[in-house]
Amino acid sequence: MAKITLSNLAHSYSKTPASPSDFALKTIDHVWEDGSAYALLGPSGCGKSTLLNIISGLLAPSQGQVLFDDNDVTNASTSERNIAQVFQFPVVYDTMTVRQNLAFPLKNRKLGAAYIDARVTDVANMIGMQDFLNDKASGLTADAKQKISLGRGIVREDVNAILFDEPLTVIDPQMKWELRTQLKALHQQLGHTMIYVTHDQTEALTFADKVVVMSEGEVVQVGTPTELFERPAHTFVGFFIGSPGMNVLPATVVGNKAMIGNHQIQLDLSYEQLSGTIEVGIRPEYIKLSNEPSGLAIKIHRIEDVGHHKIVRASHAFDDQSIEINVIVKEGIEILDDMQYLVFEREKINIYADKWLQDGKVAI
Amino acid sequence: MSLQLENISLSVEGQRHIHATSLTLEKSTMNVLLGPTLSGKTSLMRLMAGLDMPTTGRILWNGKDVTKTRVQDRDIAMVYQQFINYPSMSVYENIASPLRIMKKSQAEVDKAVKKSADLMKLGPFLHRKPLELSGGQQQRCALARALVKESGLVLLDEPLANLDYKLREELRAEIPKIFAESGAIFVYATTEPEEALLLGGNTATLHQGTITQFNKTNQVYHQPQDTITAKTFSNPPMNFLKLTKVGANITLGGDKAHVNTVSNNSNFDKGSANRQELTAADSFKHLPDGDYIAGFRSNHLELHRHNPQSIAFTTTLDITEITGSETFLHMNYDNDHWVGLVHGVHDLALGEKLEVFLDPSHIYTFGLDGNIVASASYAKGI
Repeated sequence: MAKITLSNLAHSYSKTPASPSDFALKTIDHVWEDGSAYALLGPSGCGKSTLLNIISGLLAPSQGQVLFDDNDVTNASTSERNIAQVFQFPVVYDTMTVRQNLAFPLKNRKLGAAYIDARVTDVANMIGMQDFLNDKASGLTADAKQKISLGRGIVREDVNAILFDEPLTVIDPQMKWELRTQLKALHQQLGHTMIYVTHDQTEALTFADKVVVMSEGEVVQVGTPTELFERPAHTFVGFFIGSPGMNVLPATVVGNKAMIGNHQIQLDLSYEQLSGTIEVGIRPEYIKLSNEPSGLAIKIHRIEDVGHHKIVRASHAFDDQSIEINVIVKEGIEILDDMQYLVFEREKINIYADKWLQDGKVAI
Repeated sequence: MSLQLENISLSVEGQRHIHATSLTLEKSTMNVLLGPTLSGKTSLMRLMAGLDMPTTGRILWNGKDVTKTRVQDRDIAMVYQQFINYPSMSVYENIASPLRIMKKSQAEVDKAVKKSADLMKLGPFLHRKPLELSGGQQQRCALARALVKESGLVLLDEPLANLDYKLREELRAEIPKIFAESGAIFVYATTEPEEALLLGGNTATLHQGTITQFNKTNQVYHQPQDTITAKTFSNPPMNFLKLTKVGANITLGGDKAHVNTVSNNSNFDKGSANRQELTAADSFKHLPDGDYIAGFRSNHLELHRHNPQSIAFTTTLDITEITGSETFLHMNYDNDHWVGLVHGVHDLALGEKLEVFLDPSHIYTFGLDGNIVASASYAKGI
């Protein structure tokens, strides 16, 4: 196991990068603590696979260093780094049995037969494949094959880290439950440093102690699931986490008052001398529909019922502009015709300048 | 306009892929085929399209038998899970391709392509090649091509499955709008219950090549006819436990929770979570004595007692999962795996006892054969 340090790391696929947009990965300094579970979350093209490939040694960065504990491994090969990887699609040897597949990485390391036997049995129990050890891998379902890939990823106890690259992509939604649950339990049992790359917020937030959110080659926030939800550091995080994501509304803010359209909202905190483009961030969960004309006047366009809650698509019109706002209404709460106003939960409002979260001061 | 399947079945090499199915889809309807992988969604769509010949039965289009009509002679468009575009053609030519085959005039092509591209927000990218687009835009291109020829039947086979969930969210919200403008019969296959709910319209739930229920989406969700449909239309899957009725007494989960059908007073035995007397929900009153299966959805388990009539279950919390705004609780109750879905992020101790609450009005009662006996009373008016 090892602590992994990224120092002044950046990567461009162009040999002669001229502008920041030429960098698939912008300069990053980050320490992955030993034994922690991290998720690397972001949409396709955000640079997360580039980062993972640099950590695993498949790609040499154009700038900076990768350290495992205090050793510079920037130019070391994947095998020298002693890491295990689990990929998007199952990698299993069809002609081998489940047992042989799981034993393979250990046999390669020339470990003793008794140890291999005991270890394979342990891992088979962890992934729930103990009853299939003597079955040929070729006859197994995609789910079962991916479980074996996971098992192979964790079978070696001496690895520095385990990297997962979208490991649940090919799995049915109903089955994802089971594997997600197992992965989290495995981290708790094993205590390895694990990095899990995904574009799926549930997988990321569930698996990880800390989530690293990336957008356009840049790390925009490293935080716990609660931090990402309550205090998104960047409007992208607000948008990306949550379904639908945070509402980001154009506004002006003076002191402890925000103006959205022609409507004034009282803030808990005071913001002095903001510059740039100012926006108010408020999650759909923290808005209530109301019939009180003191709220923000809206028109409801559509109500989507997803069973356990409804998503209300609404807009606020002012002058000749219109701002779209989503609201989540829990099951069992009726939406009445006179509910034409919105009330924001004041303590849940975040203020952004040029997309970055601003710290307010307690108003006097 | 209508599509009728009459006793359609499909066997391949002696194996039944689709069991005899009859189904009528009407003009201007969105029809969701909901079921897990290998439940027969794609097979059924291929039969509707004419890509495969049914082993038995007939397919009627506007009352006319088209069972033996070739796919290219039918009035259909299809979009697959994999984005299929012509890589060497521009986005414009990709969208225009069906119209070129139909030998439409350039003016007609231009008008239709622009309209379809605008709808899919591809206006600015018409000159690009598909591979110069993002995944979401590539699938929009495939969707635009399917819409451009204004077919009477549009078949969409998990069109969003390969997209990032944020793009999926965006397109999911757009598809009902596109559909509303088109007037065609839409058939949409998905594995995800939430997608079916968002699309609305009608839903057919599929299980091992059989349609288990077909009705308005809301209706199927709220009033599933059997445990299989209920499971198919719940993600996470519905939780089940044994329910026994003897006289006025209802026992849930063996001896674990106890509902009294006659007592009017809520009466909780705080000392033991395993025996509780409470007022019956309407749905239980008319049940004959016997054994049943009780089912309830994960979002109806609560961490707090909101209703005095709620039943308490003492479970062991195995794992929690967080989606951002919600937490999934994986629990062990009497050796059954239960899943709960609660709002917010909760810091709960794993491996410890956890008391959860269930309002009896959220319980569906099924017979031991899996067929519904009494729907949950909260869902009756929906």
